[in-house]
Amino acid sequence: MKRFIFDTGKAVDAVKRFRCADVVELLTAYLDDALDQPARQRMDEHLTCCAECGRHLDQFRAVVGVLGTLPEERLRDDVHDRLISAFRARRRR
Amino acid sequence: MAFAGGVLPPDDVVVEALRAGDEAIFEALLGAWSRGMLRLARAYVSTDDSAQEVVQDAWLAVIEGIDGFEGRSSIKTWVHRILINTAKKRGAREGRAIPWSSAFDRREGPAAGSGGFPDGDGSLPGPWKDFSALWPTPEDEALASEVRGQIAVALAGLPARQRTVITLRDVEGCTSEEVCEILEISAANQRVLLHRARAWVRGRIEAYFETVGRPA
Repeated sequence: MKRFIFDTGKAVDAVKRFRCADVVELLTAYLDDALDQPARQRMDEHLTCCAECGRHLDQFRAVVGVLGTLPEERLRDDVHDRLISAFRARRRR
Repeated sequence: MAFAGGVLPPDDVVVEALRAGDEAIFEALLGAWSRGMLRLARAYVSTDDSAQEVVQDAWLAVIEGIDGFEGRSSIKTWVHRILINTAKKRGAREGRAIPWSSAFDRREGPAAGSGGFPDGDGSLPGPWKDFSALWPTPEDEALASEVRGQIAVALAGLPARQRTVITLRDVEGCTSEEVCEILEISAANQRVLLHRARAWVRGRIEAYFETVGRPA
């Protein structure tokens, strides 16, 4: 029986040992340091001895890393110029 | 107004400068936030041109509304809320809108994504195994570029709510507190949306590597 209760932003666990499914479900909370101490410790214990979940964590981190490097969108020049004009017009009012 | 290194001054200074018609500070805000706003708009509207118009209309609303800004949130939060509301309205007009409430549970199923749980299954494709090690090295730039493309496609497949959260957090680098404030959601809700979005993207990348990793 496992259950996670989210209370005041912290995930509280009600199990003694984490299964892989539990670990995968809590990776974002783990990376955000949003787990309480017992849950965090169980995550660490599981991740130390489970290569698959360790890899899953690495993949999560890798995805987050790549998301931060996506090519940037750019405001079109005509839109930019229109906004500057609108800002100037406001001052004149 | 002069400010160094692209670091914006405190909110009260920014707001006063905007009200006084300080063009440099307006330029700085445009430069700092418009790119992220374009990405966010894209979660709600169907074309890049629409996204440009949404961002334009949002900034016009900022220009119109700055005198009435009461400082109950940060200026960044205020601007981004205007952006999201503008994008939602535009998306609704385009008929693309996914209702905010029903978007929540759509599509994903278990947050682990399409890969399933790793319990007892050690058959991850080779490139995925080395993904974090491969990223980002110059000699793998072709792969890196391909992965970025696949991730962009994966983002486009997300429900608007999840796409908004993952864009704010992981693409734009907002804190969880900022995201909660902009979207007016709880920390736990924000985390669930972020986790589902990340799991979806991870699953899509895994599926991609499964496809390219095997001989046809």
